[in-house]
Amino acid sequence: MNYSQARWSEDDRYEPLLSEKGNREVAVDEDGLLPDDLTRDTVELPALEEPELARHYTRLSQMNYGVESGPFPLGSCTMKYNPKFTEDLAALPSAAVHPDRDEGTVQGLLGVMHGLQDYLARIGGMDAVTLQPPAGAAGEFAGVLVAKAYHEHNGDQRSEIVIPDSAHGTNFASAAMAGFDVVELPSAEDGRVDLDALESAVSEETAALMLTNPNTLGLFERDIEAIAEIVHDAGGLLYYDGANLNALLGQARPGDMGFDIMHYNVHKTFATPHGGGGPGAGPVGVVSELAPFLPAPRVRKTEGETVERFDPEHTIGKVHGFEGNWLVLLKTYAYIARLGDDGLADASAKAVLNANYLAEQIDYEVPFGPFHHEFVASAGEQDAADVAKRMLDYGVHPPTTKWPEIVDEALMTEPTEVETTRSLDQLAEAFNAVAGEDDETLESAPSETAARRIDQVAAARSPRLSWQALDEE
Amino acid sequence: MSGHDRGSPYAPHTPAETEAMLDALDVDSEADLFDIPDAVAFDGDFGIEARDERSIRREVRRRLDRNDDLVEFLGRDHYDHYVPSLVDHLADRQEFLTSYTQYQPEIAQGFLQALFEYQSMLVELTGLGVANCSVYDAATALGEAATLAARVRDADGQRVLVPEHMRAEKRSVLENYTAGVDLSVETYPMADGAVDTEALAEAVDEETLLVYAESPTVRGVIEEHLGDIGALAEDHDALFCLGSDPVALAMLERPADVGADVVVGDAATLGLGTAYGMGIGLFVTREEYLRQVPGRLVGAGEDDSGRRAYTLTLQTREQHIRRERATSNICTNQAWVALRTAMHAAMLGPDGLVELAEDSIRRARDAADRLDDISGVRAPVHDRHQFREFVAHTDQPAGAVVDDLAAAGYAVHRVGEHLIQVCVTETNADELDGLVAAVEEVAQ
Ligand SMILES: Cc1ncc(COP(=O)(O)O)c(C=O)c1O
Repeated sequence: MNYSQARWSEDDRYEPLLSEKGNREVAVDEDGLLPDDLTRDTVELPALEEPELARHYTRLSQMNYGVESGPFPLGSCTMKYNPKFTEDLAALPSAAVHPDRDEGTVQGLLGVMHGLQDYLARIGGMDAVTLQPPAGAAGEFAGVLVAKAYHEHNGDQRSEIVIPDSAHGTNFASAAMAGFDVVELPSAEDGRVDLDALESAVSEETAALMLTNPNTLGLFERDIEAIAEIVHDAGGLLYYDGANLNALLGQARPGDMGFDIMHYNVHKTFATPHGGGGPGAGPVGVVSELAPFLPAPRVRKTEGETVERFDPEHTIGKVHGFEGNWLVLLKTYAYIARLGDDGLADASAKAVLNANYLAEQIDYEVPFGPFHHEFVASAGEQDAADVAKRMLDYGVHPPTTKWPEIVDEALMTEPTEVETTRSLDQLAEAFNAVAGEDDETLESAPSETAARRIDQVAAARSPRLSWQALDEE
Repeated sequence: MSGHDRGSPYAPHTPAETEAMLDALDVDSEADLFDIPDAVAFDGDFGIEARDERSIRREVRRRLDRNDDLVEFLGRDHYDHYVPSLVDHLADRQEFLTSYTQYQPEIAQGFLQALFEYQSMLVELTGLGVANCSVYDAATALGEAATLAARVRDADGQRVLVPEHMRAEKRSVLENYTAGVDLSVETYPMADGAVDTEALAEAVDEETLLVYAESPTVRGVIEEHLGDIGALAEDHDALFCLGSDPVALAMLERPADVGADVVVGDAATLGLGTAYGMGIGLFVTREEYLRQVPGRLVGAGEDDSGRRAYTLTLQTREQHIRRERATSNICTNQAWVALRTAMHAAMLGPDGLVELAEDSIRRARDAADRLDDISGVRAPVHDRHQFREFVAHTDQPAGAVVDDLAAAGYAVHRVGEHLIQVCVTETNADELDGLVAAVEEVAQ
């Protein structure tokens, strides 16, 4: 694939900053609405007219790569195509209601929330769902707080959470934020949970094991039943990190595997756009025993078929100031309804097919398998970060690099179901072209992107985080 | 559409392509690619029927039409300002909307620059040196401020002091965020809707880690003694965290000038409008706490061609590197909303933004005056300057007033036995006559 990203530049910079195009300082409160000592004197901000702004943001967008630009096999992030029609739903004026509305006056919205709780419970094999957490990590935090509250309710003070070394950083951070000590579980030779290591890691201090399944290598934890038994026998709970659920839709459900708590990354599995880093949503499902601890409020149907908010009996309280990222949840509902049973199962089947097909076409070695919706190749003698930079020149987004660390120079690749054979072949060509190139070529890449290689080390050494900081120089 | 009528409409494989790919892998079916033990395999169905776009759009529209069509005079931390059309059209460009975290900055300069501009606008509005490019919402931003305080403050201390008037939901989030570091969240009193600085002086001690105050408050009151609050905190080596929003910040005292160490709030007051509480946590702090900031930061650097370019920076603070010692667990954030906030602010420009802030004072004042003229109503109840909203006293029980107003087509808050709260912005100002008439009807 030949590719050249748009590049707007001017002297020693790319598109000038809004501030460089024209800041203006204006006086505040000239009419004296407030006493002088309660107001600032001036505000200085960009002062541009709409046509200039439209051009500014259009140019910026041209220097950015999205899912519709080309393949985006960023491992663990499930960068699917985001259906357009869900945007139209989110833009409905009737979706724009205030969170403090009385429940009797927002029956439509609460009905959608109830419908989504129900969909997610079925898909995960869970008994109860909260939609409140605004991202996967927030779901983890909520789930871990639920585990803590549950144990405390049983008079059980447990101080540890066990997490495999291959897990995502948020698992560790969420456990720590909730006040737990993290016990790191080394992976077995085959990249999965080592049952012996797990046996020795769990104790009466174990509040939960957090597990991603398939794990970050794309491997299904075949011993999941034994894992569940070990954790449950120790009195702990089993937490499912739903980041990789796109591998399993219609094939297996966390609830059937013995998981007690799970979060759904709806911006991954259910294709809601997460422009530039977010927003997402991280609903949490639990088994019935844990439902009384979920965040407040949840929604339920009354006998009269209306929907009401309610606070679970032993609720942990809140993890978001209101009820989460509603517009994301609305899109999630629509996506699930669009696919239905067959579509969801097909999404996973094709995601797994695509990952396997792509792995088969590339020259890099994939040390662990059988993998599902993603695989982790090794760049071998090459530096994975350089491989990624060079891949940009072929018009594809590269994989996630250097994680999980179990694989040397990891290229964590997740094409998702949305790629065709043709685009997978092009992606494979990009991998293989780079695999055959020398270090020098790789190190001087990229050249076809808006910016050339950026020195991130230098940027971190002297942080300049605003146009004011630039002006000070 | 491609030649399949079952399955995901977003998995574009034709049956022939699927066959060819399976052949290439030497398997008979996709099922052969799964490595799931039978005991945990799922062979049921979800009972979710696939539907086409049109029928889903009709269903959702019909459902949402069941929301009563009320004119909302609602605020209390979630505000409706008019969002110019440019914001929707440009933020929805797929290069923005469908991208993700800028792990490869060379191909993501556009979004990085927009986030850098967002950060810069907040630096201007607060006078503090470091703005991150978002946390989830105002409540989680406050939670992050408290854990930051626990990390940066030398002395031992467990107390986080929060004002009597604040959303209970926000406080609950704060309590959850501080659970891991064992802080105790305690209330200090307010007098006539604003911080009771004498009582606060009594409450602050050496055990105090963080003092939180809002201006405008959740009741729309503009605090008049922020400098004193900042000084009280500083005297006790506690951090001062100020809650505000970008519209109010365009007019009120600069946080840096009143001794604020952290500013939090909902930046989506610009850019999103009413979204059932969805927002974006703004988080701005002093440069000295840079290495303790939660979430992502965009910095300027240089590329190989010698040009200025942008990149995520200081990532060693973050969970993917520092894991359980990270400054926060946040990964996916609200970046796209930050883009919208920046676009909206840019559309307003400094004149428009200041005017919006000034109008927020005028509208609250004028609406309060009009309600105050109605017998059986006293507004505002606090003898203070108000921003966007205010609390009114009703002789009738507030519950009945709120219900009767809803029946007449208007939504206002009930905040006490005889207290309602009313928020006016440019999106509902045209309906104020109707609200006043309705209050006249129901409040006598
Ligand atoms: C395996 C895994 N777990 C958890 C997360 C955290 O999810 P989020 O980014 O939505 O907070 C991610 C993704 O970013 C992930 O890949």
